[in-house]
Amino acid sequence: MTEVQVRSSEKGQDTGGVSFMQATWLVAEREIKSFLQTKGFWIGLGAIVVGIFAASILPSVFGGGETKVAAVGPQVSQTLEAADFDVRQAGDVAQARDLVRSEEVEAAVVPDTTGQSQTGLRVVALESPPSDLMAVLGSPPPVDVLDPGDVGDGEKQLVIMVFALVFMMFAMGGTAIAQSTVTEKQTRVVEILVSTLPVKALLAGKIVGHTLLTLGQVVVLAIVAPVALQAGGNDELLTVILPALGWFVPFLVFGFVLLSSMWAVAGSLVSRQEDLGSTMGLVMMLVFGPYMAIIFLQDNETAMTVMSYIPFTAALAMPVRMFTGEAQLWEPFVALGIAAVTIVVITSIATRIYTGSLLQTGGKVKLSRAWSSASD
Amino acid sequence: MLKVNDISRSFGDHRVLDGVSFDVEPGRMTGFLGANGAGKTTTMRIMLGVLKSDSGTVTWNGEPVTQAVRQRFGYMPEERGLYPKMKVADQIAWLGRLHGLSSAKAASNTERLLEELDLIERANDKLEALSLGNQQRAQVAAALVHDPELLILDEPFSGLDPIAVDTVLRVLRQRAADGVPVLFSSHQLSVVEQLCDDLVIISGGAIKASGGKDELRRRYGTPRYEVVVGSDAGWLRDMPGVRVTTMEGPRAIIEPTGADGFRGGDEPLDQRVLKEAMSRGEVRAFTPIVPTLNEIFKEAI
Repeated sequence: MTEVQVRSSEKGQDTGGVSFMQATWLVAEREIKSFLQTKGFWIGLGAIVVGIFAASILPSVFGGGETKVAAVGPQVSQTLEAADFDVRQAGDVAQARDLVRSEEVEAAVVPDTTGQSQTGLRVVALESPPSDLMAVLGSPPPVDVLDPGDVGDGEKQLVIMVFALVFMMFAMGGTAIAQSTVTEKQTRVVEILVSTLPVKALLAGKIVGHTLLTLGQVVVLAIVAPVALQAGGNDELLTVILPALGWFVPFLVFGFVLLSSMWAVAGSLVSRQEDLGSTMGLVMMLVFGPYMAIIFLQDNETAMTVMSYIPFTAALAMPVRMFTGEAQLWEPFVALGIAAVTIVVITSIATRIYTGSLLQTGGKVKLSRAWSSASD
Repeated sequence: MLKVNDISRSFGDHRVLDGVSFDVEPGRMTGFLGANGAGKTTTMRIMLGVLKSDSGTVTWNGEPVTQAVRQRFGYMPEERGLYPKMKVADQIAWLGRLHGLSSAKAASNTERLLEELDLIERANDKLEALSLGNQQRAQVAAALVHDPELLILDEPFSGLDPIAVDTVLRVLRQRAADGVPVLFSSHQLSVVEQLCDDLVIISGGAIKASGGKDELRRRYGTPRYEVVVGSDAGWLRDMPGVRVTTMEGPRAIIEPTGADGFRGGDEPLDQRVLKEAMSRGEVRAFTPIVPTLNEIFKEAI
């Protein structure tokens, strides 16, 4: 009978029945529809959108509306104060540069000694000078950038926080896969499903369905995030974040697919919703572990580089490195390649365990038993 | 025709099915009888590919049963279950599409079936909001929505109230009359008795008897007569070749002692008994007793 089952998907097309692809899509469609009907989904998505706006608007609200600028020389100070800047007097150019470097001010306006400037002024900034400052100074003075291509810590935190929200979506989507698998086991509807379609189509349908749902949320996020940043007055951050946001999408999809088959396995090992916690723990760790690791090791360049290649952390670490300008252009492609290979390996192992445990009821199925019963 | 051919299956050291073979013929309702744990559900699961057999084959019209073939079967598992949070009609239509129907055909079949099963008012309710009896009707609809070529139903009547039994019975009979082979298991012998045309009796993982209901009655049932005479029937006890199993004044139930039964020999035993009775006076009844399924069942296993 084994031989018969292997050929089943091709047979489906011969006889005009439901093909593997159609079966997969039907399962995916049901998953998407029923997930969209749950309150939890909309509450979660709402929380994410609110979270993004909060993360980008609140710092500028609490951080004071005025741009902090250091100035050398009383005349410059008066001009800037008149234009509503929060001005810090600096004794000399070196002191002004220190203030910029320590991020106590966003930029410094110092006398020009090179003769390049029409106004006799130079602007010193950590990365890019505030646009409102440049507007006040008339004909644009030359700018000294202290730390080119790098982004301030606060902004980096913001990005990581946005990524954390995305990982919340990962956990939501993953839990939904596990729950729908247990529901099918618990209600025994799985018997009708297994007698009708290939088990692989059932698993593939769940992965496709929830990947599309998560991708949909990422798209919402990708639209909302720039709007939120603009509302928070972080326009200049936008130009830096956009390419990284673009990279974030493929990494998220790969990251989600990598975990999705494991979520399904977590669901297939138990027979009741109540027991789900015991098997979901490990997968949940694979979601939150990488996030914690990146929070703690974000300043360790070596650790970040390594993590940006490990498939479980790559979805976070690589876009962060792209964002901060540490990663070369070829690096994300290599990381995605590694992730793709890992997905194939993990999904095929997971498929076997899923197949072996799906029809076993009564308590928790041991991994070894699920593995061996799939070959019966 | 569905042919089950020499199927065996063990769980660990426990041999659950041992060389099981039987046929399910088109246009006939085949009752699958057996005590709990006899192997009914395991056999059905193997027929539907939910479980694999260790050996043996299942063929449909001479072809091996593949996934594509199974897609055209209808199945009602022993342990009922559909998606609790899905609306009844949505759910049944979705299952129809999963079995290869177009969206439009799935929707129209669903409506027709819910109408037939008196469930149309609940079409837009979530399954979990339905009573158990109505959930059961939805389950029947789920098995029938794609106009299956073969129906396999595991205990379709358990948990149904008498009205629902009649409704489901009517629907199933209609399918059989349309030429669909129907196999259903049950441990409620009375239901099977009035419903099935053919019988398959399983015990301890082996088929003990299979064939037409009437044929099995002849083969397994002990032939008996109920005799009611005008006065005391005690003389029957002295009649050679006759054993009396019940005696209540003028009424008695008799069976033959010999291997020939009532019908063998030059002058059949039943005719001799009847003549004797008539010579002794009035005969109010002389009725052959049709063996119940219960008796056939006990006899066969």
